Amino acid sequence: MAPAKQKNEKDYDDIPGTYVFDAERSRQGYHLNMFCMSLMKAENRKAFKADEAKYLDQFPLTPDQREAILKRQYNRMLELGGNIYFTAKLGATDGHPFQHLAALMTGSTQQDYADLMLRGGRSVEGNRSKSGRFEPKTTKSGAKSGVKPKTASKGKQRRG
Amino acid sequence: MARIIAGVTSSHVPAIGAAIDNHRTGEPYWQRVFEGFERSKEWIAKARPDVVIGVYNDHASAFSVEIIPTFALGTAGEFPIADEGWGPRPVPVVKGHPELAAHIAQSVILDEFDLTLCNKMEVDHGLTVPLNLMFGTPKEWPCPVIPLAVNVVQYPPPTGNRCFMLGKAIRKAVESYPEDLKVVIFGTGGMSHQISGQRAGLINSKFDHAFLDDLTKNPKKLTRLSHLELMREAGAEGVEMVMWLIMRGALDDKVDEVYRFYTVPASNTAVGHIILANRIKGAKKAVGKKAPAKLKRAAARQKIQRIRS
Repeated sequence: MAPAKQKNEKDYDDIPGTYVFDAERSRQGYHLNMFCMSLMKAENRKAFKADEAKYLDQFPLTPDQREAILKRQYNRMLELGGNIYFTAKLGATDGHPFQHLAALMTGSTQQDYADLMLRGGRSVEGNRSKSGRFEPKTTKSGAKSGVKPKTASKGKQRRG
Repeated sequence: MARIIAGVTSSHVPAIGAAIDNHRTGEPYWQRVFEGFERSKEWIAKARPDVVIGVYNDHASAFSVEIIPTFALGTAGEFPIADEGWGPRPVPVVKGHPELAAHIAQSVILDEFDLTLCNKMEVDHGLTVPLNLMFGTPKEWPCPVIPLAVNVVQYPPPTGNRCFMLGKAIRKAVESYPEDLKVVIFGTGGMSHQISGQRAGLINSKFDHAFLDDLTKNPKKLTRLSHLELMREAGAEGVEMVMWLIMRGALDDKVDEVYRFYTVPASNTAVGHIILANRIKGAKKAVGKKAPAKLKRAAARQKIQRIRS
């Protein structure tokens, strides 16, 4: 029940390739997200484009967050507390359609990503959990029953 | 008295709004999506709701990370269209129904749902895209819309069960409103999608179809889905399907499935849409009229149209 351990172990961290935007990330990424929010205004977008580094000085970002923004490292931004609905505003400011960001985050080209979606998207098979715990082969009765014990512990865990 | 005659769920993919705004609905890619709503437009034109309650989520438009209300009810007379970074969508301003909204607020808060009330709020594609899908692109929306914004951006959103129970409380509130009003409730968002991280692009059609089946026949089962399971099976952003359960909670236990549509993809998302109608009870004369009765017969004949890609 050590609080520090609980803090780092959230049931949803087992989902691969996913950064769940929870209260902790929200706090960590507050200024990063507020920077993105500022890009809702045309004059701010203009100022940012004119001198990105200077514009970012207004926001008390961590050096890592600052670097991730300047280098457009979208997964890193999520890891550092960014939320996709906010970071998408940065992508829009750059004039990119959303699938450009999705392609960056998934390490593919925009065309490959668009093709993947047209083929019906990324399969959930093999993408359920890092531990492999919830794949149908290990829980033959179905993922639904497999999740029950996990769910039971969920509430306790995340309130830690 | 006012009453809820039906519920509608629909995805609210922003790219659908962009396709409408940029006149690209005739392109084959988008035709596939819009065709699925043709019958729905006919249905709602006949149902003629007096008020729509629109359950949706804000996408960092009205609410940033400064204030994160779990349930925010729009009690204003009108709701301006938010500028989401490309200028406001060219759609009519959403007019509210402040009297009914205030009544709902009072009733559900006393029923122990601690809503945030918004007398000033802009609304984004989360609300306006479903309005377009159901009403097309009129000069004015055909009826007042009461927005109910649900936090699904910051984890945790309200549980499915909480949403379902809120739906029940909303229904009770509506039914205690003295004016004869036909209300349709929209639950928006979904279906399976993930737009963040290396797992972006996730779609789980099997899960979606099962969800639609259960939404009609066995919604209680859906109220027991954990957020973890929703995120794992339907994508991190797919968790927003909890909003559909507010709609479902506001309906009868047994409903008629009037229509269903499902297609993949719209941009990064599986589009799911369903219309569920409350069965007509003998006593509710003032509201009955022809359209719902006809719908009921249609549904009874199992004329459920399913279009699947």
